[in-house]
Amino acid sequence: MVFELPKLDYDYKALEPYIDAQTMEIHHTKHHGAYTAKLNDAIKGTELEGKSLEDIFKNISEHPAGVRNNGGGYYNHNLFWKILSPRSGEEPTGDLLNAINKSFGSFENFKNEFSTAAASVFGSGWAWLVKSNGELKATSTPNQDNPLMDVASVKGIPLMGLDVWEHAYYLKYQNRRPDYIAAFWNIVAWDEVAKRYLK
Amino acid sequence: MNFELPKLPYALDALSPYLGEKTLEFHYGKHHNAYVNNLTGLVRGTKFENAKLEQIIKEAEGGIYNNGAQVWNHTFYFFGFSPDGKREPLGEMADAINKSFGSFDQFKEKFSKAAATLFGSGWVWLVKKDNSSLEIIQESNAGNPLRSGLKPILTCDVWEHAYYLDYQNRRPDYINAFWNILDWDVISSRF
Ligand SMILES: [Fe+2]
Ligand SMILES: [Fe+2]
Repeated sequence: MVFELPKLDYDYKALEPYIDAQTMEIHHTKHHGAYTAKLNDAIKGTELEGKSLEDIFKNISEHPAGVRNNGGGYYNHNLFWKILSPRSGEEPTGDLLNAINKSFGSFENFKNEFSTAAASVFGSGWAWLVKSNGELKATSTPNQDNPLMDVASVKGIPLMGLDVWEHAYYLKYQNRRPDYIAAFWNIVAWDEVAKRYLK
Repeated sequence: MNFELPKLPYALDALSPYLGEKTLEFHYGKHHNAYVNNLTGLVRGTKFENAKLEQIIKEAEGGIYNNGAQVWNHTFYFFGFSPDGKREPLGEMADAINKSFGSFDQFKEKFSKAAATLFGSGWVWLVKKDNSSLEIIQESNAGNPLRSGLKPILTCDVWEHAYYLDYQNRRPDYINAFWNILDWDVISSRF
């Protein structure tokens, strides 16, 4: 199986003013595009060819760094584009909201915990909302690791991820990562996060 | 003790077009400055309150290490540049590079490759070992070779903030530009 760079469900400018069109275009075509090409190179002709990424991640510590870095980069960005939406200002509802309230006390508490996880990544990485043994957790991983990998400190199903590599926000926010994190809450596709929670 | 942001020996637009004024404004004025302020706040009331940066780099962990090393790394990085310095190593520095890498060109190629392939945020270093030979090493995030007893000679910051305003995803273009602003008088004196 050859991995392909997915098309986005919205225009590059659709997430403005929270994420600008130039950032979206470079992030998707160049960064995500490079992870896609390098992932295909890394698994071509190896025993991993044809396996799903979810399967590969389970034993990622046994595979070369190129598979971990580019496989994570490919998967994480796929998820990121999906959980973003131009319909700004929505909030979680139904079963997902109940689960958030149960695990974090309130939606506000969850936002604080997730924002803190995103702000405290030192260097490059991701913040995650993870479903783990029926509970929800806010966590983070370095570089392109994710909670499906055996190397992750908190393992589980990633429901939502926020890219805090500097390339995700530098053109618009420069050193102000907290402003980027605050902007993110305006463009979360909560229906998509809920779908992943119910799966 | 308050740590201080050192004054740069050149203007913020002096390295243009290789590194733009805006990049320096943020990289030096915001990132470097924030590491200085964070460190000053973090050491208060700890055993590192009056420590030198080198001691912090060798002994501290977590946030104190990260911020202390980042202060040292950025000072070392920015002071290796000048708008009109010698662009090639001379004398003993040149001899040592030729001895360890074959030629200056071969050294540049190897150092550039190490900088291009470092995954995520970090620093590439030229270091001097106990036997005076030179080595290129990659360190992620705040990593500093003093911690493992090596002597830093030259460094390249490959955190995305170092080049994103000028080069975006094109890190190799940033690394090419890097060679045009190095001051080998300063770098050789470290050797
Ligand atoms: Fe990214
Ligand atoms: Fe930097």
